[in-house]
Amino acid sequence: MAIPKIVPDFKVIRDENLCINCQACCRVCANDTHSFDQNLMKIISDHRKCVGCHFCEEICPTGALTIEKCYSQIRENFNWNEVDFKNLMKQAHSGGILLTGMGNDRPWINYFDHIVLNASQVTNPSIDPLREPMEIKTFIGRKPDSVDQVKNKKHKFVLLETEIPVLFSAMSYGSISLNACKSIAAAAWEAKTYWNTGEGGLPESLKKFVSRTIVQVASGRFGVDAKYLKDAAAIEIKIGQGAKPGIGGHLPGEKVSAEISAARKIPEGTDAISPAPHHDIYSIEDLKQLIYALKETVNYEKPVGVKVAAVHNIAPIVSGIVRAGADFVTIDGFRGGTGAAPVVIRNNVGIPIEIAIAAVDQRLREEGIRNHASIIAAGGIRSSADVVKAIALGADAVYIGTATLVALGCHICQKCYTGKCNWGIATQDPYLTRRLNPEIGKRRLVNLLRAWALEIKEMMGGMGINAIESLRGNRDQLRGIGLNDKELELLGIKHAGEAW
Amino acid sequence: MNCKNIYQCSDDRKFHIPSGCGIAGLFNKDGSPVSGEKIFRAINSMKERGNGLGSGYAGYGIYPDYRNDWCFHLLYSQATARDQVEQYFKTFFHVKLSEKIPTRKIKSIKNPPLLWRYFLQTKNSTPAEKEENLIVSVCMWINHNIQDAFVISSGKDMGIFKGVGEPAEIADFYRLEDYKGYLWTGHNRFPTNSVGWWGGAHPFGLLDWSVVHNGEISSYGVNRRYLENFGYYCCLFTDTEVITYLFDLLVRKHNLSLDTIGNIISAPFWIQIDNYSEQERYLLKWLRIIYGPALVNGPFSIIVARGNFMLGINDRIKLRPLVAAEKGNSFFLASEESAIVSMEKNPDNIWTPEAGAMTVGFFEKGNHGNSKNRT
Repeated sequence: MAIPKIVPDFKVIRDENLCINCQACCRVCANDTHSFDQNLMKIISDHRKCVGCHFCEEICPTGALTIEKCYSQIRENFNWNEVDFKNLMKQAHSGGILLTGMGNDRPWINYFDHIVLNASQVTNPSIDPLREPMEIKTFIGRKPDSVDQVKNKKHKFVLLETEIPVLFSAMSYGSISLNACKSIAAAAWEAKTYWNTGEGGLPESLKKFVSRTIVQVASGRFGVDAKYLKDAAAIEIKIGQGAKPGIGGHLPGEKVSAEISAARKIPEGTDAISPAPHHDIYSIEDLKQLIYALKETVNYEKPVGVKVAAVHNIAPIVSGIVRAGADFVTIDGFRGGTGAAPVVIRNNVGIPIEIAIAAVDQRLREEGIRNHASIIAAGGIRSSADVVKAIALGADAVYIGTATLVALGCHICQKCYTGKCNWGIATQDPYLTRRLNPEIGKRRLVNLLRAWALEIKEMMGGMGINAIESLRGNRDQLRGIGLNDKELELLGIKHAGEAW
Repeated sequence: MNCKNIYQCSDDRKFHIPSGCGIAGLFNKDGSPVSGEKIFRAINSMKERGNGLGSGYAGYGIYPDYRNDWCFHLLYSQATARDQVEQYFKTFFHVKLSEKIPTRKIKSIKNPPLLWRYFLQTKNSTPAEKEENLIVSVCMWINHNIQDAFVISSGKDMGIFKGVGEPAEIADFYRLEDYKGYLWTGHNRFPTNSVGWWGGAHPFGLLDWSVVHNGEISSYGVNRRYLENFGYYCCLFTDTEVITYLFDLLVRKHNLSLDTIGNIISAPFWIQIDNYSEQERYLLKWLRIIYGPALVNGPFSIIVARGNFMLGINDRIKLRPLVAAEKGNSFFLASEESAIVSMEKNPDNIWTPEAGAMTVGFFEKGNHGNSKNRT
């Protein structure tokens, strides 16, 4: 029978007038898209191999390359769209679960894009951040109920202090390269915020950044020992991830190099498999035991948080986590990224972070325990405006993952799981990882945070607010556009056009 | 200007209406009484700061004969609400006196609401603190559940007189010159919307708190949600209401000193905190961490009075005016110097409090002045 071939996603357009046959593209592409044909004496590109990372396009010295979407299309059909059609074809061929990387790319509603901010006009003055102090310093952790609680020293209140309410999200060494980790850790250090090890352990060369490091304890417990916990700024128990709620992780053995094996404390070359659940947490009281086991280990001197994916029951789940003793809760929305996840899970499981923050913040307030834990929102934060909206909805701070990688060069081609990242990010191949210079990477991330800080201050000043605590949970400053009553109710905001 | 149908206009309270304002306060710290006419003069001198859609006055020491009774000033949009309120009062109180607040007919004030005052004693003698909680819950209950009734003030030996009108109209209407008190505050309002409901005018009162405020609070959404944690439900959507509840919470429930409260409501900037001694830095840092949601942001100047003190406080970058002065045992605060001069021609001392600083005068103690400067 005629086996149908899958139409390529991209087309490599080469301007023959500009191409000088230098073969740089042939050398750089980890997917072997380009090759030099000795007979034709020119470079041939196999469109089928192109993942759309645009590395060759940017490296080409004469600008001869353009990567375009491949327009060969099946008859237009809203039900049988191109994505589902192609995925079905691939599965008929392979018989396996389809994998992907990064966050949900389906056209679900993005609530951030349906929320607008307020600004002062006449009745109160906007504040110019160039002339007046504008404060975005943020504390993360359990906050006391009263000053007496601090003074009598019965409880220890340990807080993370960050100069900007934006932290780098958990991405393990293994899922990303050491150079990527170095860039992120050094940037967190310089910008006085925090980065998160993910479940990759803390590599030796990054230990100098440990006081700006949140270490993760996930279901595989990779890299965990007492020192790892005690040295860190904070500990995060990872229960779930927005890209793949309910799903574990798998770092294939071929990626487990000597360095990764040392960081993760597993034998070289073995698969690092993180089970879907923690096998010592089958219930909320088990989580409490782990939280307190970790707190005991660090003598209650470090905050212990819990990361969960935003799912239907998120408000009661987070309320339970706070009551179980977590000092902060990270909520990862369904647009959160990943190094590898089944396509079907990534695209269909979980709820948007905007709704999750609103529901959780409201629930914790109703129960009078909002100050018992901070909320860190993750999954789909793309800009400083998203940060401001997330905080006004009720988050204390946000994590950025995809945005971090984009600043390092990532073009969101979603092929992280192949280990062939041309940008030197999601790969362990030394030929590829050396493309990412950690010094330049750090500078780009520091730039990003600086730019966002300036923008956040401008937006706050416009609203007549000069301290971030007056923005946090201040939903009066938000209005919805094009949302229905239920959505507005869940977000706790009014529609544009409604006055105070 | 006055709404033709008061009942319809009572919907004002569903909206947060920004207003510009003029505020003033005078306090004879030795307790010597002075006629309400003086505070009227101060407010009237700042007539330009209002637009005739709201004025009001709070007086302390005005009911010496009923010094130990809870005095409720009630506003009834419909006379029928009176029965409901009085029925409700009977559950908790002995009513010592119930009477219409004496008013004068003013041509420009049409359809004023029914205004009534009650002097009440709690049925069971309870500790003072519990009694205060009872009063708060009674006020909250009436304001929430009886649509046509509103508690204007609920303190002891004090009362609030307010309504929709020019400062002169409201002072005349309430016969303000007939009252003598040792502490007076006043307010003149410039709401951006047309308003008709008298309860929306200021001062705002709860227990013996009265607050007059000039500003628009950009942290309103945070402050309101913070207060809900502690059982304060804002029913008016005015900034003044939120400020009153914040003071009540911090003073009565959290037992914090006024100085500390100043450092919460107008918290010093982090760059200022860095200049304090280590011990102070420690306290200021934790205050900001714990009471971040109680920080009041946006432009404001406020005068807060209780029976034994009067204080003025500004936002952290002084976006609204506030002037203070003293003469002998008298302490003055106002939006404008002109208002102070209209009360006291030759003050011993007149100054402009710093941004974020709290200026307090205490009963009989005679020590007031600018709180610590921030560098």
